[in-house]
Amino acid sequence: MQVIRSPKVYDVCIVGSGAAGGMAAKILTEGGLEVVMLEAGPTLDPNKDFKEHVWPYDLAHRGAGIAGMYYNIPYINEFTAPNAFFTIKGEPYTTAPDTKFMWLRSRIVGGRTNHWARIALRFAEVDFRGRSTDGMGDDWPITYQDLAPYYDKVESYIGVFGTKENIPSAPDGVFLPPPKPRCTETIIKKACNNLNILCVPSRLAIITKEVNGRPACHYCAQCERGCMTASNFSSSQVLIPPAMATGRMTLIPNAMAREVLVGKDGKAQAVSYVDKATRQERQIRARAFVIGASACESARLLLNSKSTLFPDGLGNSSGVVGRYLTDSVGSSGYGYFPQLEKVPPHNHDGVGGMHMYIPWWKFDRKNDFLRGYHVEFGGGRGMPRVGQFNNICRQSEGYGSALKQKCHDSYGNYIGLGGRGEMIPNAQTYCEIDPDVADEWGIPVLRFHFKWSDNEIKMAKDMQETFRAIVEQAGGTYLTKVETTGDYPYRISVGGVILHELGTARMGTNPKTSALNGFCQAHDVKNVFVTDGAAFVSNPDKNPTLTILALSWRASDYLLQQAKQGSL
Amino acid sequence: MSSEGIDRRNLLKTLAAVPASALIRLIPRQTAEAVHNTVQGAKARATAGAYAPRFFNAHEYATLRALCQAIIPPDGRWGGAVEAGAPEFIDLLTSENEDYQQRLGGGIIWLDATCQKRFDNVYTKCSPVEQKEILDLIAYRANGEKDPSLAPGIGFFSLLRELTADGFFTSKIGIEYLGYMGNKYLLEFPGCPPVPGL
Repeated sequence: MQVIRSPKVYDVCIVGSGAAGGMAAKILTEGGLEVVMLEAGPTLDPNKDFKEHVWPYDLAHRGAGIAGMYYNIPYINEFTAPNAFFTIKGEPYTTAPDTKFMWLRSRIVGGRTNHWARIALRFAEVDFRGRSTDGMGDDWPITYQDLAPYYDKVESYIGVFGTKENIPSAPDGVFLPPPKPRCTETIIKKACNNLNILCVPSRLAIITKEVNGRPACHYCAQCERGCMTASNFSSSQVLIPPAMATGRMTLIPNAMAREVLVGKDGKAQAVSYVDKATRQERQIRARAFVIGASACESARLLLNSKSTLFPDGLGNSSGVVGRYLTDSVGSSGYGYFPQLEKVPPHNHDGVGGMHMYIPWWKFDRKNDFLRGYHVEFGGGRGMPRVGQFNNICRQSEGYGSALKQKCHDSYGNYIGLGGRGEMIPNAQTYCEIDPDVADEWGIPVLRFHFKWSDNEIKMAKDMQETFRAIVEQAGGTYLTKVETTGDYPYRISVGGVILHELGTARMGTNPKTSALNGFCQAHDVKNVFVTDGAAFVSNPDKNPTLTILALSWRASDYLLQQAKQGSL
Repeated sequence: MSSEGIDRRNLLKTLAAVPASALIRLIPRQTAEAVHNTVQGAKARATAGAYAPRFFNAHEYATLRALCQAIIPPDGRWGGAVEAGAPEFIDLLTSENEDYQQRLGGGIIWLDATCQKRFDNVYTKCSPVEQKEILDLIAYRANGEKDPSLAPGIGFFSLLRELTADGFFTSKIGIEYLGYMGNKYLLEFPGCPPVPGL
């Protein structure tokens, strides 16, 4: 088999088209560089691919999918934007015998930014200084002050709504006005006030005023389906188009990167990849490389890039690649709120996400556990969906008009709450190359090891106590049964399912204990950058995407500067 | 600024006035309407003429319809599960899902056998009183504790009840019955209507 080598040498080859790759593409092309981007999935066409405004009854499967496949999978249903998968035929991953890990990959231009919840939270000062604060984990090699200008730039460019609240653990940003609270949020807010729990407008990457020609949101609450008006943020609709518009961007879809090839001079020279359509191996050459394939895929790419110079994988002389893997601590519950029965029928939709949230509020006291969590909540009269009345059917049993009425009367009166907390890296949680398994492209796959430690379990316990307290303070009934023992005590989530994998090629000042410097540049290979979640040193109680965007913008600015100096 | 819903046609006219830009991909009005009409057209073709079940045979499908109707009947001004298309939805899923084939297919046969034993007739040929009697038994888990021979029917009915609810509450009738008022285009989100005590 002949490997097809492209004659052209691009300035930069970007692997991955999501938050990290998309941001790098925009900054680097606008900065004058010729960029080629490899994306493992196909292109996205909002005209054809988005099911925004489709009713369940417009689909024969009503949202449940063929054979009802979506009944038991979180997040994904027939309506969601395409190509988010926990299981990809031909592209498996494995887990150690004592591990359950669910790994979501979005094989499509824009990656997981087509599917994310748009929660855009800045990391706080203390989040960059974990070890200095309480001796656990490590400090970042950068500070909040280093990143703050980039948070400003990102929020201004993509548009984030919120309000300035002056909460130390939840820094304020550049905000558009938030939408008004729903009835459900009004109830939770009141209960939180009585419990001295902070509850403020949320910060979401959804625009409530026109931004850069993108119309404002029209409040259909279907963000996860994709947005035809680009009123929420995705890389596919907000970062890739301006990059393409420069005329300096080549996007190669259906390209599965296999390894980064290194020359005798120790610099990366090319990416070898499989063109999925023809199943041919190709190489693309560039002077510099930005890896943004998502934390674990980026680690996988580095680990598979073995050479005599880098027998343990590109940029892995420290041995940290694949290590320090974390996901957010998750736990959820729900309650029934009789006061919602009195609300007249009205349009409850709003944006596709919560209008208010609970930022970490117990930062001023000693808790049973270190670090913290935020709480998201939602419910009320959303678009009816399959599976929605399972619980009431199991509770009420029976059949006939009485059952019909019970479903009707209970509709819209539930609110669910979910905690998202900080996981401190531990030695039992990491990913590595499985020596026995390769995918259908002949690329060795990842094997995951995942374990919660006591700190996370205590945090989940606290989350459950918080949910119950809020629901009961509001006069509701907390309906969730909580096991305190077993594999998932206090309903702690399965590893990976919160979709915040981070840390697998972490940055640091010491090349013996980190893979990258503060600009996401590999210590070992100066012309390789990893700007996605792999670079993170900690996984605090804030969703990572806003920080990925900021880090990638900052790294891209640095790359431009280094390129001008001729240092790459 | 008005916060009333505006229909899709008007919104897309408004959007067309926004300067086309490389930064956004707007769905052209013609394409949106074409997609909408195609979906509606497919639905219309599907409902015109009798439905030919993909998995259940004619008798089983008639039994399925009768059960769906019993689980969520029409009442007052509101239609029931049959009018909402629940039997078609259930038949479609069952034709694709082997687990449902076993549990629902087997359940209908169990029901007929049980009715035959008790009432000397298959379910659809039993009187309304007899039908009520058997459904009252299999609609409640507690009855299985008293009479374990009911267990297969109870498991069957529990699954059917949930799928029937899904088929009803995701239909146009069901969504209107619930009073869901969303899936519109709003220029502003109006928030929570005034409710005493909220």
